[in-house]
Order: sequence, then structure tokens, then C-alpha cells
Amino acid sequence: MNWVALTVFVVLFAAVTVLGFIAARWRKGDLGLLQEWGLGGRRFGTIVTWFLLGGDLYTAYTFIAVPALVFGAGAIGFFGIPYTVMVYPFVLIVFPRLWSVSRTHGYVTAADFVSGRYDSNGLALAIAFTGLLATMPYIALQLAGIQVVIAAMGVRGDLPLVIAFAILAAYTYTSGLRAPALIAVVKDLMIYITVIAAAIVIPEQLGGYAHIFASIPADKLVLARPGSGTTGAYSAYGTLALGSALALFLYPHAITGVLSANNRSVVRRNTAILPAYSLLLGIIALLGYMAVVAGVSKMPQFASDFKHYGPNFAVPALFLKSFPAWFAGFAFAAIAIGALVPAAIMSIAAASLYTRNIHRPFIRPRCTDREETAIAKIVSLVVKLGALAFIVLLPLKYMIQLQLLGGIWILQTLPAVILGLYTRRLHRWALLAGWATGMVTGTLMTASLHFATTIYPLHVGGMVIPAYAALYALVLNLVVSGVLSVVFHTAGISAGSDQTAHSDYLQRGGVD
Amino acid sequence: MATMGTSRKQLWYWLLLVIYVFILWVPFYNRLQPTLAGIPFFFWYQFLWVIISAILTAIVYKATE
Repeated sequence: MNWVALTVFVVLFAAVTVLGFIAARWRKGDLGLLQEWGLGGRRFGTIVTWFLLGGDLYTAYTFIAVPALVFGAGAIGFFGIPYTVMVYPFVLIVFPRLWSVSRTHGYVTAADFVSGRYDSNGLALAIAFTGLLATMPYIALQLAGIQVVIAAMGVRGDLPLVIAFAILAAYTYTSGLRAPALIAVVKDLMIYITVIAAAIVIPEQLGGYAHIFASIPADKLVLARPGSGTTGAYSAYGTLALGSALALFLYPHAITGVLSANNRSVVRRNTAILPAYSLLLGIIALLGYMAVVAGVSKMPQFASDFKHYGPNFAVPALFLKSFPAWFAGFAFAAIAIGALVPAAIMSIAAASLYTRNIHRPFIRPRCTDREETAIAKIVSLVVKLGALAFIVLLPLKYMIQLQLLGGIWILQTLPAVILGLYTRRLHRWALLAGWATGMVTGTLMTASLHFATTIYPLHVGGMVIPAYAALYALVLNLVVSGVLSVVFHTAGISAGSDQTAHSDYLQRGGVD
Repeated sequence: MATMGTSRKQLWYWLLLVIYVFILWVPFYNRLQPTLAGIPFFFWYQFLWVIISAILTAIVYKATE
């Protein structure tokens, strides 16, 4: 047991817990309303949104899994960098429109928008269902992140995890989105301190960056050059980055972060300042190589943890080896608190989806706004319990596979949500059919690879093009949506009425 | 609302296309040389694009605000 690290960890964790409960009184609003509880009253300015989205998107699991991939597989693990390079220009173009229309009509979820735009609870249900499906394993993986760092301090068993989640559940229930927003500020500062310290201290111990790179075999530093008749690792790397970039802001927790901004410019401005986190991610990815050079996987004191957690233990082991115990405790607290922020936002987003797009339209159409919020709060607990059950009962392998599938699934909501922001020419039932096609083909492609990877080798006239299955599925989705739209419109099948107007997408919103 | 001024402004968004061309052109940067202070090209090129893309995004944001 590492008592020094553990003490620092527990003290920081406790401080953040207090903050989570105090958050209920921050920028006070009526927490009996869903947009107050679930979106912080849409009151967050540029700085808070920056911390909130940064803390939300760059999750603890990312901080463990990205270097783990670099540690194990090499250069392909670096795809997170082009991924985050491509995401923000896309967000700048598209998401201010979603913010504006949601502000105008009081939408809390992407499915709310789809319902209003296409006059279809069915299509909205599909979008909500996909969001829930993609979010659940993601929450579970945050827990896995906590598990690894707790194990690194010598604490075993599921009890600490249960305690951490009970705390998380309690303050999310009482404070809503205000809790993770306030905690994100502390958490992100801790992460920045940890990573900057790691980027300076660890290479110094290992003989400098040049020495680190020189010690790694060349085939781990670049992608394998494709053989003849295939685009090989090049198309895999590029499409994985592009597909992930298109998918990221379709996740419910990302949309919650966007919609909680207090005006359109806050969203736009953040696309220029959020890349600061991408630099951080790049450094974190390099920790994978540092762990290789430090030789942590061969050290006897880490042998049993590596056996249990695999490459995911690379970063915790590197921190234990390189930092004094108190700072290792600080770093582990940063990661664990870094898991709580996205887990809280994800459960809030999932709860809003269930309440707004499943419960209200299909189960209790006449529920009041207060009942709606009460249900959302309870669902946020259920979602977290579900994630906890997943992680305690199922092997981590299944969580990772489900999360990979989640990325494929969530991208299939792009035609209805993103194209819907620009055009209403696509028919609601065509979009539903396209979505179903994308979901099924994306899942089948991954199943044919035994759920081990999402890179599907497509054979086209003697060429093999390995690419992210999510993008292949999206192409099929778009084709079906387009063709059937023509058919349905021609056949005169009702397209429903549109609740939104052209100018709704351009509203700038109030300035607080 | 779509005056001549706002539609001219929209042209700025095309500048963002540059980012996608340079970052999706994987064969171009999948190499070790030239290194920068011992860091292989593959890594510093992508780090550099994090910064360049942030600057381009900021320019487009300002120009279209």
C-alpha cells in the first residue's frame, strides 16, 4: 500500500466532493427544471465552457488508453492527434447552428432537435436510443480508469469504486451539470500540472526526448508502409481520425457541453482555444514511448498489475517510477477526478435523452416540467448503477469492444442531426431506414472482425482499402437516406411539419 | 438576412479545408526524417498542425464573427 500517495489522493478527492455539493448554489437557478439541472441554465461563458468541454471530451480513460495504445502498438496510437486537429474546424462550422436552434426552441438533446425538425418521435427515439447505447459503455470505461489508478496505489477490490461512484451519483443528483462544470476547472488545472511536470521530469530522467525516440524501434515510430494492392495503415490511420472527429460531437455528453454555453459566440470561440487540450493529449500519447524506454513492464514490482491491466498500466507505472509518492498521488487524483467529470456529464446527458425523448413522448405525455426533472435525476442514478454493474460483472474487454461499437453507432446519427441543421430535403422515414442500415452494417463489419478492431478491409476490384467501419457504414446510411427520400417524397408520403424556421439557426442568443 | 456581406464572409470557411488536406495526407508525414531536436517528423508535423489548425480556426472565427 502506497500510503503517501493514497493520502494525497483521498484528500483531493474529498475536496472535490465538497465542491460538487457547493455547485448547486453556483449561478443559482431553479434546479427543478431540466434545462437548469441538465444544462446549468445555459449560463456558461467562454472560460467555464472551455474547462467543461475540455474536461468532458478528454476523459480519464483517454489519458490511460491513448498512451497504452502507443505503448503497445506504436504510431497508430497517435491517431488521436489528427482526430482532434480535425474536430474543431468541423465544430466551428456546424455546431453554432445547433446551439442557436436549441436555444430558440428549448431543446436539451439532439433528439429534441430531430423531433422538432422532422415532426417524428420515432426518428427522435432512434437518435436517443443510439446516444444511450453509445454512452453506457463510455461511462463504464471511466470507472475502469479509476480502477487502474486505485490499483496503482495498492488498493484492490470493487469497494473504492463503489464509494467513488456513490459520491459522484449524490452530487450529480443534487447539483446537475453545475457539479461537473465546477469540478472540471479544478480537474483540468490538475491535469495540466501533471502533464507539464511529466513532460519535463520524465524525459530528463530518461536522457532527453532525442534519446527516448532513438531508443524506440523505427517500426514503432511510423506506420507500416502499405504493400502493393492496399492502402494499408495510411487509410486506416486517416479514416480512424476523420470518422472519430465527425463522431465526437454527436455524443450526448458533447452536445450537453455545447448547449450549456450562454451564447453562440462562446461555442465558436471555444473551437479556437480547445486545441490547447490537444497539445496535452499529444504529450500524454508520448508517455507511452516513455513507458517503453523506462522499461516499466519488466519491473518486478509492477509485474502483477501489468498482468491484470495490460498496457493500461503503463502510465500509472511510469508515474510511480518517476514521481515522488506525493506527486504520484496528485497525478492519480487528477486522473480519477478526470473520470468523474465526463461520467457525470454523460449520465446527465443520458438522463435527459431518456426523459425528453423516451419517457415524455411514449410513456407519460402529460408529465409536468418538474416531474420531468425528477425522472431525469433518478435516471442519472440508474445509468450510473448500470455502468457500475457492467464494470464489476463483465470483463473489461467487453467494455472496450462496446465502446468501439459506440463510436460506429453514434456516427450513424450524423445524417439526421448534422444534415438536418442545413436541409430538410431528407425524409424522416428515409433517415430512419438509413440509420438502421448504418447501425446493422457497422455492427456486422465489426463482428466479422471478431470485435477486435474497427478497421474493415474493404475489397474493391483487386484493391484492399482498410478503413474505419463507421465511415463505411455512414456512406451506406447516406445512400439509403438519399435514395429513399426521393422515393418517399415522390410517393407523396407525409414529411410532417417543421417546427423550426431558417432564422432560428442563426440566433446569436443573449449575452449574460 | 443573407446580404452580400454575410455571404462573402462565408467564404472564409473554405480556409479550413487546408487543415483537412494536410492532416489527411498521411503518406506525406509518415516518415522519421527530418527530425527536429531528435523528434521524428511524424510527431512534430502533427504537433505543428495542432497549432496551425488552432490559428486558422481562430482567424476564421474572427473573420466570420
